[in-house]
Amino acid sequence: MSAVFRHELKLYFRSLTAYVFGAFLLVAVGIGSMLYNLSYAVSNFEYVFSYGSLAFVVIVPILTMRVIAEERKQKTDQLLYSLPITTTEVVIGKFLALLVVFAIPLCIVGIYPLIFMQYGDVYIPTSYGTMIAFFVMGAALLALGIFISSLTDNQGFAAGIGIAVILFNYFSVSLSEYVSSTAFGSVVAFLVIIILIWALIRHITKNETLAYGTAFALIALLVIVYWFKADLLEGLLPQIMTTLSLFDRFSVFINGVFDWTGIVYYLSFIVFFLFLSVQSLEKRRYN
Amino acid sequence: MITVEHLTKYYGDYLAVNDLSFEIGEGHVYGFLGPNGAGKSTTMNIMTGCLSATSGKIVIDGYDIFEEPQKAKKLIGYLPEQPPLYMNESPMEYLTFVGEAKGLRGEALKEQIGEVIKQTGIRPVVNRRISDLSKGYKQRVGIAQALLGNPKVIILDEPTVGLDPIQIIEIRDLIRKLGQNHTVIFSSHILSEVQAICDQILMIANGKLVAFGAPQELEKKFASSGKIEVTAGTNIHKLKEALSNVDLISDISGKILSNGYSFADIETEHKDLYEVSGAVFNACAKEGVTLLEMRLKKADLEDVFLELAAENAEIKKQEVKEN
Repeated sequence: MSAVFRHELKLYFRSLTAYVFGAFLLVAVGIGSMLYNLSYAVSNFEYVFSYGSLAFVVIVPILTMRVIAEERKQKTDQLLYSLPITTTEVVIGKFLALLVVFAIPLCIVGIYPLIFMQYGDVYIPTSYGTMIAFFVMGAALLALGIFISSLTDNQGFAAGIGIAVILFNYFSVSLSEYVSSTAFGSVVAFLVIIILIWALIRHITKNETLAYGTAFALIALLVIVYWFKADLLEGLLPQIMTTLSLFDRFSVFINGVFDWTGIVYYLSFIVFFLFLSVQSLEKRRYN
Repeated sequence: MITVEHLTKYYGDYLAVNDLSFEIGEGHVYGFLGPNGAGKSTTMNIMTGCLSATSGKIVIDGYDIFEEPQKAKKLIGYLPEQPPLYMNESPMEYLTFVGEAKGLRGEALKEQIGEVIKQTGIRPVVNRRISDLSKGYKQRVGIAQALLGNPKVIILDEPTVGLDPIQIIEIRDLIRKLGQNHTVIFSSHILSEVQAICDQILMIANGKLVAFGAPQELEKKFASSGKIEVTAGTNIHKLKEALSNVDLISDISGKILSNGYSFADIETEHKDLYEVSGAVFNACAKEGVTLLEMRLKKADLEDVFLELAAENAEIKKQEVKEN
């Protein structure tokens, strides 16, 4: 694991990736703090992160697009398979290297509240509490990015899908107000989701039976629920969209509450997607 | 050292490896020979843990590759068909990564890297970008990677493909040298190459093992009767007449060459070709036929290989028909 970690880290710092990522993050946070703290003279540093989190939409896919996709393209994944290290070690090593690349610019941002303190009252606990949440949410998005990269051998494709998914997650709360909250609307939306799940399972496992089996089971469940307890489905879709939104949970931190359930949610999100990445890599051995 | 038992691999419906079993001992160079698509790379990928098998078992020095992959992989150095190189790195950085991943640290790592650099002769390019290296050097960096950690078994998948003749000779020498201290398995579809370097040959066709043994043994075992080509300074009738007394000959076909000489193709069922050629010489000398040239054609591995591959394809066709 440490070998993969060091190797990845070297790679980021020799290429422009780490610097571009850091620069983007610092620019986003910098503009945010200029607008909020300096221009509007607001002393809450945490608001800056609500602005900074939008940068994730672009910088996370840029950072994660090549993580596994490029290994596949260059056929270096064969080396990783043949070395005496497990795929779990590979994925965790890569994830930790990404965390370091992400943490470095954030350390620089960590100085800002201290600077502002010289000129006014900054409430330190919420500033740094939000910064920690910002880091953990970013880590969750990085885990998602690794998984997306493991699905393809095309970096551009991985980046495109990554941007779309994170953008959707960013706006899912505002969008949820517009989606239909009737039971029938939910059924249609769930059908679309089931088709997406079917496509994903089929792509990863190449197992038709499993993909169709899962899809039909879910459709059957959906129909049964709609038939007997349609009121369960009312408003379910907007609710799910809100619950799954990483950014919505982050707004709780910005409002000054250090929400432990939010942290636990992010951590489970990380574990879930790293697990999926390992499975996606393992699956390649069977094809 | 390596035991492969009833290995079978399906890609979807396509049967790539069909109930393959063999055992490989310690030391020596083993050649994996087969036409393209015979299942060589698939077998090697499974042996090194890069690919799963549909069924079957592979044991490397007591460790099952599917059950104790970490321990088994430590004993293997593998160069896949396309060398898995990080193009933006120098060979030095690349080897450092691979060495660390194989569990080497500090002085041991440095020492090992120095050793494999010397063995593969990549010293002059060790700090250049891998993407700028020639194909031969890339291949050597790939081999160097496989040698790190001093594994007992070295598996090389078509290491000489795409190299120029000089590079091919160098790589072959290297493989021969490696065979002195390691068990080396390498695949090729070029027969002369396998014949030149290997102590033992495994022939694979259509996912099945068709022959296993030393090159000379295989030749002897499968060699059909040989042929003698004779060019004489007389006309064809006189040549045939002279040879008619030699009873070891089973068939003669002759023709007249443009310069008045004659040429005969002599076939024999006799195992010892020299005995036949001696008799031909004596018969010609007795009848006063001037022999200009006599060439013995022994059945070589090429014929054996083509025959076995063809036989196997025939069997497979029949099986398909029966099903």
